[in-house]
Amino acid sequence: MKRKKAPPKTERRAFLNMIGKTVVSAGAMLGAGSLLDKKEAASAQSFPTADYDWTKHRWAFGVDATRCIGCLRCAEACKAENGTNPDAHHFRTWVERYVYLEGEERALVDSQADPQNIAAAGAEGVYRFDNRYKDEKVDKAFFVPKICNHCTHPACVQVCPTGATYKTKDGVVLIDEKYCIGCEYCVQACPYGARFFNTETQTSEKCTWCYHRITKGLQPACVEVCPVGARIFGDRNDPASPISEFIRNNRVSVLKPETGNAPNCFYIGIDKEVQ
Amino acid sequence: MEHVLNISPYIGYVFPNETVFPWSVMIAVYPYMTGLVAGAFSVSSFYHVFGMQTYKPLARFALLTALSFMIFVPLPLLLHLGHPERAFNAMITPHWTSAFAAFGYFAAFYVCLLVLECFFVFREDNVARAKNATGLGKLFYGAVTLWSDDVSQKARIYDHKWLFVLAVIGVPAAHGLHGYVGFVFGSLKSREWWGSDLMPVIFLFSAVVSGFALLIVLHVVTSLWRKVPVNIPCVRGLAGSLWGFLMFGVLLEGVEYANVIYKAREGIELILVFVSGPLFVPYFVLQFGIGAFLPIGILAFLIFGKVGGRTLVVGAVVSALLVLMSVFMMRWNVVIGGQMISKTLKGLLSYTPPLLGRESLLAAIFVMLAPFGLLWVLTRLFPPWDDADKQAMPRAADNEKMPLLAE
Ligand code: SF4
Ligand code: SF4
Repeated sequence: MKRKKAPPKTERRAFLNMIGKTVVSAGAMLGAGSLLDKKEAASAQSFPTADYDWTKHRWAFGVDATRCIGCLRCAEACKAENGTNPDAHHFRTWVERYVYLEGEERALVDSQADPQNIAAAGAEGVYRFDNRYKDEKVDKAFFVPKICNHCTHPACVQVCPTGATYKTKDGVVLIDEKYCIGCEYCVQACPYGARFFNTETQTSEKCTWCYHRITKGLQPACVEVCPVGARIFGDRNDPASPISEFIRNNRVSVLKPETGNAPNCFYIGIDKEVQ
Repeated sequence: MEHVLNISPYIGYVFPNETVFPWSVMIAVYPYMTGLVAGAFSVSSFYHVFGMQTYKPLARFALLTALSFMIFVPLPLLLHLGHPERAFNAMITPHWTSAFAAFGYFAAFYVCLLVLECFFVFREDNVARAKNATGLGKLFYGAVTLWSDDVSQKARIYDHKWLFVLAVIGVPAAHGLHGYVGFVFGSLKSREWWGSDLMPVIFLFSAVVSGFALLIVLHVVTSLWRKVPVNIPCVRGLAGSLWGFLMFGVLLEGVEYANVIYKAREGIELILVFVSGPLFVPYFVLQFGIGAFLPIGILAFLIFGKVGGRTLVVGAVVSALLVLMSVFMMRWNVVIGGQMISKTLKGLLSYTPPLLGRESLLAAIFVMLAPFGLLWVLTRLFPPWDDADKQAMPRAADNEKMPLLAE
């Protein structure tokens, strides 16, 4: 007798699903079962993968501002990875430059989105800091990478009228772009300017800590490309992860603690002027 | 549809994402309209709830005004949304921690309340019209009375009971709706210019003020149009109320401003630059100077100088127009002004609405004129004036005082 050919993948999955369903949801309604199928099919191509358990992780981000050299590879990698509008008005992550000139009380601040920097770079999609202070007497200067803080009490989630913005169990704040109505209430509410409006999808957008990567065991794109290790990422549930060590070994601070947002992006090496 | 970015110029340092204003001129128009609704409704309830006879000639017209504006209130919001077709998501799955989650329900409830109130207010007239009309008109007026033509004394007392109850519910509903809008702004901690506990009350007072002002203007304009004399006691009453509420409103805003300046929290240097620079004309000159103090002066002169006749009417209309401008400037200075102060507290942005497009100046003007169009249609269908068609169909209620809560 000829051996029966193995069923094609989808059929096999359907078959396995069927078994799973009978075991798991004996007594559950039929409609719920078909919903499960659809969800699983979608997750096979996208994130998180089927075996990812979001109750097992607690992601956090660290920034060692003393290391940042303002090369902006992070900003570039982020735009490429996430297909963000390359112009100077939509950033999931950006870098700020703080410069104290001699005798000055307040810092001069700019970011790669500054028109002078764009002029020096030659185009909006190219990111670099110009050399504007070369003839000045600089007392102190440093760079500060910025990103969505994936706050513990995110103001953006609080105000979203539809629930399109939500906090995942592993501590990441995400936007369901198929559900967002594009009211920009969240853009308004974020004290950190981390959100912006995507004119193509007509919904709000922001950093996801590269959720599609971290749920597969990869690092966020900006962390991956940073040549000096100024960006640190990991799972706080794992005491040996880089982020756990970073937080343990340093006196970390967060941005605008007075808002009560309780950020999960921890900084070292920032200064009173950094908001 | 290609979306053109409206990039805001700035000084100082602002977050890169802040260079596109999230909330445009439409979001300034929206509280302006809810305010007019709340204010117009107040005027109608002065008669319907508190029985103030001075406002009787305007009570029904004020109700139609409130309805006309309320129907268009969602329009500026829908024009703002990136996905207006998903607007119902907020009602299907309201996310209750959001200060905006209940808006859809609230607005829908309030429209129903207004429609119901209009039903009772105009029922008797509509029954008469249904009787006199033929063809399509008969069908229409029959439908709006739900084919119930009972205008007996008993039925009318019943109508009035309902009317009273609806108006009693309507007063807190209208003001709640508008105070709620104030809360949407006042509850945002991300903006120094908004995060204030006084915001809902300030919005409320400016709403009442704008409603009075609108009705003064509309009453005079419609009287001229209809070639009937302006009702002087009514205008005088409105002017008096406008004066009182306006003073209180200005006081509240002054307290709010003093608070921000005196508390002098982080960013105060920037706020001082802001108020003395880009905000000077829209805030101090237009909103306060010309828009509030001047009308307070004119109105005080009209009321205490016992001025009557033409001078009273002209003075009241001028004051009312100034107040309408002032309240719009208040909405603008809150909504747009608040966004001009960067979240970095190190920079100031500026905003000019584009001329054309979904969230443009022209669209905003259209949104603000649309309710007047609807009001015109409604007054044709349901003439709210007591002197209208009186010969054709005398209403029994005209000559007797209706007990509000008769058994
Ligand atoms: S930083 Fe802003 S966008 Fe990110 S979670 Fe916090 S409030 Fe939301
Ligand atoms: S823009 Fe989208 S994600 Fe943001 S508050 Fe509105 S519905 Fe929620």
